[in-house]
Amino acid sequence: MIPRALLIGVAVLLVVVIAMGIYLRHMRHQASELDYSSDTLPVAPPASGPTETVTLYVADDAAGMLRARAAQIPLPGGRQQRAEELLRTLLRIYQQPGAAHPLAPAADIRGIYMVDPGAAVIDLNAAFADQHRSGILSEQLTVNSLVETLAVNVPGIQRVNILVEGKPRDTLAGHADLTQWFDALTIMQAGGQ
Amino acid sequence: MRWSSKPRALAILLASATLLSAAPSGAPSALPAAPPSALPSAEDKHIAVYSPVAIYNLPVLERSGREYVGLLELLEPLGRVSTETNGHSLKLRYNAIDAEFSAGKTRAKIHGRDFDFTAPFLIENSRGLVPLASLSALLPRFLGAAVNFRESARRLFIGGVGIQPSFRLDAGNPPRLDLSFTAPVNPTISTEPGKLRMVFKRDPVMSPGSQSITFDNKVITHATFSENNGDAELDVSANEPLMASFSGDRRTIVISIVPGSTSIGSSTNSTNAASPSQSESATPGGAAAGPQNPPPTSPPANPGSDNASANASPASNFHRPLAVVDPAHGGDERGAALTDKLAEKEVTLGFARLLRHELEIRGFAVALLRDSDINLTLDQRAAAANVGRAGIYISLHAVSQGTGARVYTALLPVEGESKGVFHAWNAAQAPALQISRIVSAAIVAELQTKDFPAQKSSASLRPLNNVFMPAVAVELAPGPDGIADLTSANYQQRAAAAIADAVVSVRDRLGVQQ
Repeated sequence: MIPRALLIGVAVLLVVVIAMGIYLRHMRHQASELDYSSDTLPVAPPASGPTETVTLYVADDAAGMLRARAAQIPLPGGRQQRAEELLRTLLRIYQQPGAAHPLAPAADIRGIYMVDPGAAVIDLNAAFADQHRSGILSEQLTVNSLVETLAVNVPGIQRVNILVEGKPRDTLAGHADLTQWFDALTIMQAGGQ
Repeated sequence: MRWSSKPRALAILLASATLLSAAPSGAPSALPAAPPSALPSAEDKHIAVYSPVAIYNLPVLERSGREYVGLLELLEPLGRVSTETNGHSLKLRYNAIDAEFSAGKTRAKIHGRDFDFTAPFLIENSRGLVPLASLSALLPRFLGAAVNFRESARRLFIGGVGIQPSFRLDAGNPPRLDLSFTAPVNPTISTEPGKLRMVFKRDPVMSPGSQSITFDNKVITHATFSENNGDAELDVSANEPLMASFSGDRRTIVISIVPGSTSIGSSTNSTNAASPSQSESATPGGAAAGPQNPPPTSPPANPGSDNASANASPASNFHRPLAVVDPAHGGDERGAALTDKLAEKEVTLGFARLLRHELEIRGFAVALLRDSDINLTLDQRAAAANVGRAGIYISLHAVSQGTGARVYTALLPVEGESKGVFHAWNAAQAPALQISRIVSAAIVAELQTKDFPAQKSSASLRPLNNVFMPAVAVELAPGPDGIADLTSANYQQRAAAAIADAVVSVRDRLGVQQ
């Protein structure tokens, strides 16, 4: 004869197994919902590369200056990839709602090229420039922010040139002159005022 | 019985284990909400925070006559912070330290211990505000590091940060002052008559020990250190124009006399070497040509009158200087869209006409680069100013964001070395840049004395770098009445009069350039 205690134990286990099945089904449903919502967030930085503390120089229109902001982001090893990741991180700050220096949601960095020892070329997409707010301060803060963030975090960058869609462009949005090479040191001395 | 108890125990153990392993290790935590980005207000007050991990500025808010700063914004750059608020209380976790604050209360609990604020803790829009006066005591509770807060200057030093300056005067002829720092520095350097000013916005530069250092020299007389609103400032006073250059490692700034500068002061005795306070008071509206120059001259009351130049020093006895006023944009190039209907090019033209009038009644000859809605390239504008051998070039812009005005000098590009009498087109401004900065400082000072918010800056803005005379760009922003001010003749008139007064005050410098 099967002992009564064993029967009770098996019965309890059966109830537990059924309950866990229902619970797991519920959890799986929740997890799928979370995955969906995270897809709507801005593109996450690549997981590759060790996390590093970097200093981003973030423009603040109201104060008319750059503010240094420490950030921990995963950075790839190569200088070019590192520079691109830095500026994309900076760009995401400007594209957040209520940013102190808003840039268009469609603005993007097409690429950064190290063309010479100490020289970098930033290639912006058309939306970056076409939808940029026009004004000396706003445009200069953007330039200073890009140049200073690169120069401080990517060793060796001293000069920066900015292209739009791979081509030279006279100004960013009617004011900041993009035909020249920006001297990182001069811009840092100017202090992003 | 013995046999039956084992399966029962086994069954209970198995059931418990199943339950435990199936239980979620923790409820799926919501993604950490990004802290509400504190929209920077237009308030001018700010606090500078210097720490080994980050250097940053935060806006200071005034509530009930006391100064406050956002707690989350303060701690965020220094470590991992999370907050939770229900409107009346705020729970904060900084790394492994928990704290609880209540709105309107002066007592809080940090890491299980009471903490008393000097003024009530505030919660605004789910944002915790702490009184500035409590930071010295509050931050060590979180950071576990020494904190040095200079409340009157709003400068907060965390840990062992701090850069000490030291001075070494070479009393040769001409004299030279070597300013050494214990770490690389990156100040904003500007000059004004009789003074070279270094503003340290991001460097934790500390007092050299004394607020004022006097040098035993008739040319470079003394240096003063001051701190205010998050910035540190070192001013070097002299009787001749000064220039500064950096050493390669940016730990040393060499301050020397501008080569070729003619100095009346060099022939004066020490009594005649005026005090810095004289030069400062002369700056806003007067002939701010340095302590060695005559006192300010009033602008002539009548159009065309040259009494001012007749009364000025012999160095200013030139023909009427030519001012080139350039209303930016024009024709197809509309500039910024200030409103749906108002283009920047329209505002700049009206503003330029007013400035022309203001300069003319102060004795200047004025050339307006465009007096109608026409296209002009940047090169054409620069060429017109250069060919006319103008004494000063003023470019006018307008913008819908911000308030008051901003005055820009050229941010010169990398290339463009001058060879003999030939100047590189992109760096033609280089020889005049020093005087341009003096003009810019004078305009800002004059605007401010007329209660016009103004700041100076530098920008890579053509054609500023293509002209070889002193050149500035003035960007007019709305006033208290908003965007309507940009088309208000009264508002423009006030700005134009201030600019013209400032240009008159540096007229002697323009003469030297000419």
